[in-house]
Amino acid sequence: MANMTTPLKRVRGLGSARSGTDHFWIQRLTALANVPLVLFFLVLVISLAGESYDVVLDRLSSPLVAIIFVLTIASIAIHMRVGMQVVIEDYIHRDPTRVLLLIANTFFSLFVAAASIFAILKISFGG
Amino acid sequence: MSHVDAKANRPLSPHLQVYRPIVTMVMSIMHRITGSALFFGTILLVWWLVAAATGPEAFAIANGFMGSWIGIILLFGFSWALIHHTLGGIRHFIWDTGRGFDEKSREGLAWATIIGSVSLTILLWIIGLIAI
Repeated sequence: MANMTTPLKRVRGLGSARSGTDHFWIQRLTALANVPLVLFFLVLVISLAGESYDVVLDRLSSPLVAIIFVLTIASIAIHMRVGMQVVIEDYIHRDPTRVLLLIANTFFSLFVAAASIFAILKISFGG
Repeated sequence: MSHVDAKANRPLSPHLQVYRPIVTMVMSIMHRITGSALFFGTILLVWWLVAAATGPEAFAIANGFMGSWIGIILLFGFSWALIHHTLGGIRHFIWDTGRGFDEKSREGLAWATIIGSVSLTILLWIIGLIAI
């Protein structure tokens, strides 16, 4: 049977990419979260500049600092993943390079998130 | 017609390098470059955090690198990229509300991004160096 759907019908709803405005929305949502979180991060780093190991551990193990830091890492990791995805999609058109880079992008972002969050929690729980 | 090299005669759209750089265009490119640099710069953050979680020796190595000349240059660049990308993001938020698209606002916002990011970064480092 012939496909009777019009092009307009096809792009409605989730659109031709099947992901709707999710990408845009996640980019903006994490960007919004990043504004105060980055401010927190800069203040934290400056407050730790030149401090000893014990002071750094003590500061990072404070529950409030650790919680906000974990949220910062999570928001940044998601933001950098969707951001780099756009850069790859814009400049790399050749498969399989494009797909492999998109996979590497996800793996790298996840690694950054997992390693950083694990480190903060380990310090925080007194490991 | 059959001997014409179709590829050679095809008109091309102008490439990036024929345009005179204008501030909005440069800021758009810089938003991408700073974003990509921050992407790879997170390696420094991961190293520092994992080193702190590992122990005093690992932390001393990471801290030693951050305090070296190359480390300071990388951290200075990282902090500027972070501030520049943040200000660029705020610029995008203003555009998201439908405001700031006229020529004067566009140019003003673009200049505010670069002047703001450079001055805030220098200010931050002065505060940081005084703290040490």
